[in-house]
Amino acid sequence: MMARLGRRYFLGGATALTSALAMPRLSRAASAMGFDDARHLLSRTTFAATPAEIQNLEPFDFADAVARLLANPRRQAMTVAPAWANESLSFVRQQRQAAQEEKKQDKQAAGGKPVNLAQQLVREQGRELRNWWVEEMLATDQPFVEKMTLFWHNHFTSSIQKVRFAPAMLAQNALFRGEALGNFGTLLKAVARDPAMLIYLDGVRSVDRQPNENFARELLELFTLGEGHYSEADIKNAARAFTGWSIDRESGLFVDRERQHDQGAKTFLGQTGNFNGDDILSILLRHPRTAETVVEKLWREFVSFTPDPAEVTRLAGIFRTGNYEIKPLMRALFLAPAFRDPANRGSLIKSPVELIVGSIHVLGVPVPDNTQLVRMMGALGQSPFDPPNVKGWPGGESWITTNTLLLRQQFLRRMIEATTVSSMDGNMMASNRPNRRMDRRQQLPGGASESGPTMETHPVEGRSLRDAAGEARLGPTLTGFDNATLARTLLPHKPIDTVDIGGQSPGAVVAALLLDPAYQLK
Amino acid sequence: MDRRHFLFGASALSVVLAGRSAMAEPSQRKTLILVELKGGNDGMNTVIPYADPLYRQFRPGIGVAREHTLQLDERVGLNGKLEPLMDAWKARDFAILQGVGYPNPNRSHFRSIEIWDTASASTQTLGEGWVSRAFDGTRLPAGAGVDGIVADSNSLPMMGPGLRTIVMQDAENFLRQANAMKSSAGSNDEGNPALRHLLDVRHEVNGAAAGLSDKLRDGPTPAYAFGPDNGFGHQLDLATRILMARVPVVAIKVALLGFDTHANQVPTQERLLGFLASGLATFRKNLIAANLWNDVVVMTYSEFGRRARQNASAGTDHGTASPQFVMGGAVKGGLHGVYPSLADLQDGDLKHTVDFRNVYSTLARGCWGLQRDFGQRQPQTLSFLA
Repeated sequence: MMARLGRRYFLGGATALTSALAMPRLSRAASAMGFDDARHLLSRTTFAATPAEIQNLEPFDFADAVARLLANPRRQAMTVAPAWANESLSFVRQQRQAAQEEKKQDKQAAGGKPVNLAQQLVREQGRELRNWWVEEMLATDQPFVEKMTLFWHNHFTSSIQKVRFAPAMLAQNALFRGEALGNFGTLLKAVARDPAMLIYLDGVRSVDRQPNENFARELLELFTLGEGHYSEADIKNAARAFTGWSIDRESGLFVDRERQHDQGAKTFLGQTGNFNGDDILSILLRHPRTAETVVEKLWREFVSFTPDPAEVTRLAGIFRTGNYEIKPLMRALFLAPAFRDPANRGSLIKSPVELIVGSIHVLGVPVPDNTQLVRMMGALGQSPFDPPNVKGWPGGESWITTNTLLLRQQFLRRMIEATTVSSMDGNMMASNRPNRRMDRRQQLPGGASESGPTMETHPVEGRSLRDAAGEARLGPTLTGFDNATLARTLLPHKPIDTVDIGGQSPGAVVAALLLDPAYQLK
Repeated sequence: MDRRHFLFGASALSVVLAGRSAMAEPSQRKTLILVELKGGNDGMNTVIPYADPLYRQFRPGIGVAREHTLQLDERVGLNGKLEPLMDAWKARDFAILQGVGYPNPNRSHFRSIEIWDTASASTQTLGEGWVSRAFDGTRLPAGAGVDGIVADSNSLPMMGPGLRTIVMQDAENFLRQANAMKSSAGSNDEGNPALRHLLDVRHEVNGAAAGLSDKLRDGPTPAYAFGPDNGFGHQLDLATRILMARVPVVAIKVALLGFDTHANQVPTQERLLGFLASGLATFRKNLIAANLWNDVVVMTYSEFGRRARQNASAGTDHGTASPQFVMGGAVKGGLHGVYPSLADLQDGDLKHTVDFRNVYSTLARGCWGLQRDFGQRQPQTLSFLA
């Protein structure tokens, strides 16, 4: 219970974005943005905002608030990294071998059922990795940095399913966070040397005699130019230029093996020379399509489904002439008239991560173990560190299918009916494997739980939307606000289904609003 | 609604039959089972040109050994992991279409599967799936409220105004959740495309749930259990139950993922081919037992095959033409078409000998009685369907 209370405290801390925004440097300008602008800005730059967070922001000038949002981005996570964060590749390999040995012995001892302990080890680290990031999303004082980190993860994708080396995935995540609002050129060059990326797109296997084209192809198609702006020959030549970039078999860190580098002349996008990887990246950064590709993607993430071509050109110009600094681009994007255009409010569909992290934040629901949340994210189509393929999550309308719409409603009903997230298990149609090991946090002194791997399902007083008698009631984040404010907070629009805002208790209204189709929008 | 209630609820078989009779010539229509092999399956290690010396030369490290090849004729054989399909081969209801592809091949996963899913030319972008396109302008029965069911996550082949398609990975939970959701009737999207999409999907769910619940509630159970293979067995189990409940769908889609074998290919592909073969073999046995094998046609496909030569990582990079499997009681078994020549490559890739749109045209006619050319000037009907 101690751990849970501590957890709650952290959740309270997540409201710090708006308190940071409300620091004295912010002028209460004559042009107070008002509730709807504040809600819109927060809905796009955080996972979701509570009524208090919106009200704290509304007296301020919109451009000042944007400037403040970008002023001092956090470059490191607040949440303590998993214990294995700095393990080397050779150490991980040894662990796996030891696990395999153990497996053989176990098999002999038990005389039968083979258990793949090495695989379990990888899976367990993957679970801890995802739980760690979701914890950071819930706990951070700068949700915008986590959203940008997630954006870069979805742009420069890698999946732990293939990488199978959690410390490298964690390091890649740290790279995305550190450069989330930094410089795209720096980020691109770091990504090309990133061990997880080198494993994911087979750079580690690419040598002069037989270059592996996987990284080069996706670099051109997805990371920079986009399809139709290069030839198959460009891919082959780019692949040759990256040969020799690999990882050290002991440390798992980047290494440039010159002897495996193809020293011949390469022709790439009309230029010829003895190019290496950096030369290729420099050529790509000089190509106008690179900035456009990134701007189009940011537009779909933050503004609307359909990028405005003229605005994309304008913003890409700002990006390229600004030497690919990300902050000025984001500032220009949020200040673009289209961002605040009424037609673009509530025009995006919440991603699974936004839906889940945002709902937990707004409802103030305690989460004893993030494993259930992560599993739900996977079922809804967005398991962090495991995008479906190198193109990442397509997002937009594709988040909502007959299957995922039903699952989203199921998740929200459980948020209403159940008391803590842990009691969501049971009927999830997601792959609901038994939880073999407890979350490490629960094994720490003070956080010890006697319930072991079985999830605790007892109600937590005051946190549920319903009490024991079935009467709906609200947690502290929503208590004390009138029904109209709750509706304007939870939905970007008026409700689609009939919600009796006047006549019902606040708890019943919140329950109805969460199940309204408009709650899926941001 | 609990499981007992769900399984043993009180819907009469006569309701099911009445639903079917509303279809135009229901007995002649077959359900197409689409089996997507995601990532680009290596066709040359699936259907192996074992007698060609170039095969060994191109694949010194990853070539399938002769003793692990199931000989089909004097030139080609199947990967040994496909052994469970040999019953179908011997019974002559398993056709192998060799060298299927399209002109100006695209080697992007995303673009190439889009080409396959929409039956477009390589240079053309279409938004509607090919199965939906096939049904454009036809009238489908209103009875079931659903025409296509996707048991994996990529529904593109069946997306479009021609069909009512739902994505449904678990029937029981689908119906339970659908019953708990409000109806979209009369809702206004206010010109917001995201909201319109949400309301459309909700409307589809309402309609499908209404049509499916009666039929699946009393549906029989497959005679042979599917293995837990990577989710693939579960998808085929769902497909089998839908067919056995005689839900009048025109297509069901399942998928097996993980075929993008750039490195250390052999163990990965062997494992996946094993899943594919055991899953399809169990599916076939179940439908034969249910006397439905003549009413379905199974087709495998993948976005592309892989390069003729292995790469330095004991894997293969993105390629072009590859074989397709077609199975069913009405299928004319055996090898069809010509295996692309290993001596006549284009940029290191096999040249296709059959255009996939001719496969689709043949299926559209054989399964649904529809004449469709999918934009081909000279469509050909292939001989694999009676």
